[in-house]
Amino acid sequence: MPGRKSPLQSEMVQGTLDMLVLQTLALGPAHGHTIAHAIERGSEEVLQIEHGSLYPALHRLEDRGWIASFWGTSENNRKAKYYRLTPAGRKQLIAQTTRWEQVVRAIGRILKPVPE
Amino acid sequence: MSWQRFLRRARWDRERHDEIDSYVQIETDANIARGMPPEEASNAARRKFGNSTLIREEIYRMNTVGLLDTLSRNIRYSLRTLRHSPTFTAIAVLTLGIGIGANTAVFSVVNSVLLKPLSYPKSEELVALTQTAPGAAGLATFSSGLPLSGSMYFTYAEQNRSFQALGVWIAVTNNVTGVAEPEQVRTILVSDGTLPALGVQPMLGRWLGQADQKPGAPETVMLGYGYWQRRFGGDKSVIGRNILVDSRPREIVGVMPAGFRFADTDAELIVPVQLDRSHQILAGFGFQGIARLKPGVTIAQANADMSRMLPIWMDSWSNGPGTNSRVYETWRITPALRPLKQQVIGNVGSVLWVVMGTIGLVMLIACANVANLLLVRAEGRQQELTIRAALGAGWGRIVRELLLESVLLGLMGGVLGLGVAYAGLRFLVTLGPATLPRLAEISIDPRALGFTLAVSLLSGLLFGLIPALKYAGPKISLTLRSGGRTLSHSRERHQARNLLVIGQVAIALVLLVSSGLMIRTFQGLRTVEPGFTHAEQIQTMRIAIPASLIQEPERVARTQNDLVNKLAAIPRVTSVAFASGAPMETIVPNWDGIYKEGTEYGADEVPPMRLYKNVSPGFFGTAGTRLLAGRDYTWTDLQDRRPVVMISENLARELWGSSSAAVGKRVRTGSRSPWREVIGVVQDVHENGVHEPAPAIVYWPTAGDNIYQPGAMIVARTVTFAIRSERAGSESFLNQVRQAVWSVNSSLPLASVQTQQDIYNQSMARTSFTLVMLAIAGSMALVLGIIGIYGVLSYAVSQRRREIGIRLALGAQPGELKRMFVRHGLILASIGVAIGLIAASGLTRLMSSLLFGIKPLDPITYTAGALLLGIAAALASYLPARRASTIDPVEALKAE
Repeated sequence: MPGRKSPLQSEMVQGTLDMLVLQTLALGPAHGHTIAHAIERGSEEVLQIEHGSLYPALHRLEDRGWIASFWGTSENNRKAKYYRLTPAGRKQLIAQTTRWEQVVRAIGRILKPVPE
Repeated sequence: MSWQRFLRRARWDRERHDEIDSYVQIETDANIARGMPPEEASNAARRKFGNSTLIREEIYRMNTVGLLDTLSRNIRYSLRTLRHSPTFTAIAVLTLGIGIGANTAVFSVVNSVLLKPLSYPKSEELVALTQTAPGAAGLATFSSGLPLSGSMYFTYAEQNRSFQALGVWIAVTNNVTGVAEPEQVRTILVSDGTLPALGVQPMLGRWLGQADQKPGAPETVMLGYGYWQRRFGGDKSVIGRNILVDSRPREIVGVMPAGFRFADTDAELIVPVQLDRSHQILAGFGFQGIARLKPGVTIAQANADMSRMLPIWMDSWSNGPGTNSRVYETWRITPALRPLKQQVIGNVGSVLWVVMGTIGLVMLIACANVANLLLVRAEGRQQELTIRAALGAGWGRIVRELLLESVLLGLMGGVLGLGVAYAGLRFLVTLGPATLPRLAEISIDPRALGFTLAVSLLSGLLFGLIPALKYAGPKISLTLRSGGRTLSHSRERHQARNLLVIGQVAIALVLLVSSGLMIRTFQGLRTVEPGFTHAEQIQTMRIAIPASLIQEPERVARTQNDLVNKLAAIPRVTSVAFASGAPMETIVPNWDGIYKEGTEYGADEVPPMRLYKNVSPGFFGTAGTRLLAGRDYTWTDLQDRRPVVMISENLARELWGSSSAAVGKRVRTGSRSPWREVIGVVQDVHENGVHEPAPAIVYWPTAGDNIYQPGAMIVARTVTFAIRSERAGSESFLNQVRQAVWSVNSSLPLASVQTQQDIYNQSMARTSFTLVMLAIAGSMALVLGIIGIYGVLSYAVSQRRREIGIRLALGAQPGELKRMFVRHGLILASIGVAIGLIAASGLTRLMSSLLFGIKPLDPITYTAGALLLGIAAALASYLPARRASTIDPVEALKAE
């Protein structure tokens, strides 16, 4: 049922949301609403972004200097706070993605062992 | 966490708020686009977003410096709780304020007098050239050692390897005439090297230098800032003008800046001492030496350097043909340089440290009292603390809050204390003008402020820690079980308070014993016969007749005689006389080697040096010094220049065994001088203060043969007149005295106008200052200690109302109850007294140098102190005990 919270999100590994936000912003600046939407749509609604996590995450990323913010105007002419990826954030994204893939491969090998 | 973020977090929060708003609006727009009605669209958007406050809070917390945030919250909380119990707060702050104030005041004095450097550039390099001469009997008791002679100055100044600059000086008084009334001023005679050693540049003009001290050089003078302001109104054109000093014109060459003091003298004039190098002999020890050490040279090295120069000095000069220069080897002259600061401070250091120590003890008692109050309060708040602990407040957090509260109390006390200290300093400064050097420098400076802050914080922690540790402990949950009902009295509940009271009593006893010892010392000093009687009826004043005013000694003697006659004619004057100094008057002492007839002296042997004074006929009668044998001087003795002398009783005993045996015997001052017959022996006079043994004194007449100039007369030109009259000290009397003096010679100024009682009091000033300070500390301690006992017992009674009620209901006698409580108080007091006695016997040793006539372990003082405390403790226990016995059992049992 669309809109219902997927159990997945509560189990989301610590730091994953950060990575997803960074990945979303790699495509271009966006405001919070767009970011949430982009992730939900990109995951085919499997990942539901709770705003209670999104905004603190944005704050944390900005604090670490991985993203920067500016006030802009939304598609509907609303004032909105936009975020963009900083060079440091781009590096961080690459590092996190690499690490993530390593973990996924490792877990995958355990879950689907090579048949003997 | 950065500070910037911490401080900017409010702005960030607003921004977050805007951001969330914009999100909701965008979502609403999207919902409307999906076809929802606006109202529902907005609600749905908000629902989807969730609790925005929670999110903002989370972000806000991310930006928080945890400790600081809780601290400011805790401070607000503590202030609120303190405001809720105004009586407690007021008593605690008042107690602390007085304690801290007293400490700050005394510390300011200690700081200004003992700790702060003297106000000269690089003052740590300055040394006083003191030397001891244990072999020169008579001089050995002279507190500042052996002064320097002119020849020593030349030797030291020319031959030393240790000093950047070296000079000698001497404090004298001069008459300045020609400007309004004749005036006697404080003058410092300085040699070359003295001002460069001090290193303070003149404000106007130049220093006195080598050229000024050459004989025959134009006579010059420098002015002190105060004198320049007072007499010349700060006129900058004074340089080059002349003033009449001792009736001789001197050219003003410079003015010293404001605040310049010569050692501890606020000099009005600085005059060059004229030292003729070619006429110096070995003797003539009358100068104070001062020098500035070369960088890196220690006092020990400088002492060694001085020792090296002493033989050079003996070889370079002589006391005249036929004298042995090596005679001074028997004096065993030893350089003992002291930092100039030590010289200035003198013996007041020990007093100040003792006072500081006692005031510190008072502070401890004050802290104990406040700790007691806090314990009572913590007990009352036990329910609150327990519930908070039960609700999850950590142990550390509760301790922190309790400590914070007490530290806040300490700081509030500190603020009040600063006010107390300002008032206290004024009191201190008026109390000890004669005793305290550097009095003008005493102030509350940043260091004293730092001290106040430290004392406030420390005391806050000290008295706060006791209740904090006791009541915030992990066993707190036990108290919930008792349901807040006070059951019977449990011993351990009162243990902390009992210990505090014992401590207070012990410290109070130490202070009582110390002040008791000072009282006994004071009494001891009062019983010493000073060598004069009814000092308040003796008016004294210094009158100097310089050679430049009256040249011939005969005319000087006649003028002095005229003065006596004129002064004696003033109504209700009993007698008038004069001497080179009044008893105990601190003037530079004079010494003569006294040869006794019938004793053989070796060629190199020098007889012991004796203090000598010159007295006029009738002086002993006027002062009230008893004549023990023989007769007093007569005016005929002076006119005929008879070879006579009077001596003090102790000298008579030493030389001839008794006063009566001394009369008729003969002495002389040099191996070839004429003999002088002892005509009278007088009572000993405690010249150096009653706390010092009376020195042996030789009393020459004020006029007699000049032994250096056969046939000529020598006369004491600067003398102190003593007038015995019951009107002494009154303004009308002094006016008549001035008129009488000026009717004889209008150029004669009167200096040091005071009664003999003033002189006596000055000699007691150190003791009275210590006494007053210790008495204040002692009475504060007594009062605080009694309040402590009273407080603990009152509280115990109020806590045990129920138990008392039961006892009474079961038939206990009120008298029995009363005794029980008084016993409790007395047990505490006795333990405290016992500990206090032990502590006092150890601590009072530190003040043994201040005591006179008693030992630090004086049994009377100890008994009296213990008794006083015991009685006070009994009284303090009796009041709450009586209240306990009047409790109505019915009321007490119904109450809970």
